[in-house]
Amino acid sequence: MGKIKIISPGFLTTVQDKGRYGYQQFGVPASGVMDNFAHRIANILVENHELEAVLEVTMLGPQIEFHSVEIISITGGDLSPRINGKEVSMCRSIKVNKGDVLSFAGMKSGCRSYIAFSGGIEVPVIMESKSTYMKGRFGGYEGRNLKVGDLLNIAQSETVFKERIVPDKYIPKYNNELDVRVVLGPQTEYFTDKGIETFLSNEYKVTNECDRMGFRLDGAEIEHVDGADIISDGIGFGAIQIPGHGKPIIMMADRQTTGGYTKIGNVISADLYKIAQAKPGDKIKFKGISVEEAQDILKEEEEKISSIKKECLSKEIISSKKYFLKINGKSYNVKVEEVK
Amino acid sequence: MYKETKYLTSGEKALVIEFGDKISEEINSKVRSMMIAIEKKNISEIVEMTPTYRSLMVHYNPLEIGYNSLLNKLKTLESELDNIEIPLPKVIEIPTLYGGEYGPDIENVAKHNGIPVHEVIKVHSSKEYLIYMIGFTPGFPYLGGMDERIATPRLKTPRTKISGGSVGIAGSQTGIYPIDSPGGWQLIGKTPLKLYDAHRDTPILLQAGNYIKFVPIDEEEYIKIEKEIKKNSYEYNTYPKERKGI
Repeated sequence: MGKIKIISPGFLTTVQDKGRYGYQQFGVPASGVMDNFAHRIANILVENHELEAVLEVTMLGPQIEFHSVEIISITGGDLSPRINGKEVSMCRSIKVNKGDVLSFAGMKSGCRSYIAFSGGIEVPVIMESKSTYMKGRFGGYEGRNLKVGDLLNIAQSETVFKERIVPDKYIPKYNNELDVRVVLGPQTEYFTDKGIETFLSNEYKVTNECDRMGFRLDGAEIEHVDGADIISDGIGFGAIQIPGHGKPIIMMADRQTTGGYTKIGNVISADLYKIAQAKPGDKIKFKGISVEEAQDILKEEEEKISSIKKECLSKEIISSKKYFLKINGKSYNVKVEEVK
Repeated sequence: MYKETKYLTSGEKALVIEFGDKISEEINSKVRSMMIAIEKKNISEIVEMTPTYRSLMVHYNPLEIGYNSLLNKLKTLESELDNIEIPLPKVIEIPTLYGGEYGPDIENVAKHNGIPVHEVIKVHSSKEYLIYMIGFTPGFPYLGGMDERIATPRLKTPRTKISGGSVGIAGSQTGIYPIDSPGGWQLIGKTPLKLYDAHRDTPILLQAGNYIKFVPIDEEEYIKIEKEIKKNSYEYNTYPKERKGI
């Protein structure tokens, strides 16, 4: 069994897996990763089960010391990862040695990184999940975000290191202007036609109040027919609540299971990663699509992940050479890789 | 209750079956019946369900079943609901030690309503309360049907810490705090039962659609039950709820 030590935890680093399903009827939030695509890719790169627990890192990365040889990968938002101070690439498998230190130099794009460890993170499974639910103080590592000095166990892995890379074309680019598709409902009839028109034709800005529970947006007020309160009902991942003030709140991984505000729509699963990687000040435009279209998009997403799995597991790097080039007086470090 | 049940989309992974827009035992019993009927049918594409006051949220896997196919399945099931045997709801007894340090606000409640403390206990423990839904925090039951004779407004200054198991009153609502949390309810007693324990086989004790009944106990009994809970040897008392009008 391997171990990693948290030298500094960064802004917010937690253990998350696919989430806790089957317990929402008992008031237990689903939790789990915010960016489900990055999470699965991270695990594929280190040959884990796709839904295995990883570290979810937010905005300011942690410093982690390895007490054993490990195979890791870093995906999602680019927070400039470094091993022993030297830049390493995102979206590929990396071998680290005993004593190595992983750190992050700063936010380049997106805001949430995912670190997968071959073998997976060993924390107790509570209600069928390793996800941390901080408000309920359970799951993950002692039910909380990581702190200085925490020692986490990494399960033994049989995997032999091979350099795996995700082909560039599959890696999402995170923008500051997001186009997000939604399926309208369930409380469509609580809004005036004008209200729905406002929602679909205006730009909304991510405010400072955005965390694992929800994202509050600012923008044009959405008009209700007759008040914003309903008798509490269920809330899904990506549900868009419109309280009395008329501004949207997107409900995220740590959302409560039920709530009493009208919901105008739900962000489609394939676009949730955009919200997960959004920062205060980013702008969102919503576009309505039908539930059937959303389900077709989800199928395409699954096919995309299968292709990534196939391509990055088959594309093995057999040799690599580094060159130092100077073109028009500017220097470049170039790496040439031969793939099988 | 609506004349025709509403089926509403909630993203591409869930739909909501809405039976009405009121808080009523009749509508809530429909929610419970539908949930049991779906469970019995064992529809493997359904991931889980969230029952609430007047609706049932059905989370499903769209890679296995499309919206329209699921909709048809559920509508058929709803039309056959009368022919499906739905077991009577259960009543779970909640042994409760009233007053003293366990229920420091019971005298407030008595004074506010102009009745003696023993009358507060009698009124509070004589009813079976429907668990309309569970939400807010893990295991928190939304109970219905409290007697107006003991209704009391919330505390002016909420407490910063209320220990799990505390039984309280807020307005014309009664409830139990599953875990330690801040709160403004008038505390009238405490149960040694653990409504929520992450490490138990069934982490949450209560289930929406069932009922609870508070049973007054003394301190000796409280300590005895507390020990049994710790040893995992406590036997919960439950009985079937009689159906009204039969």
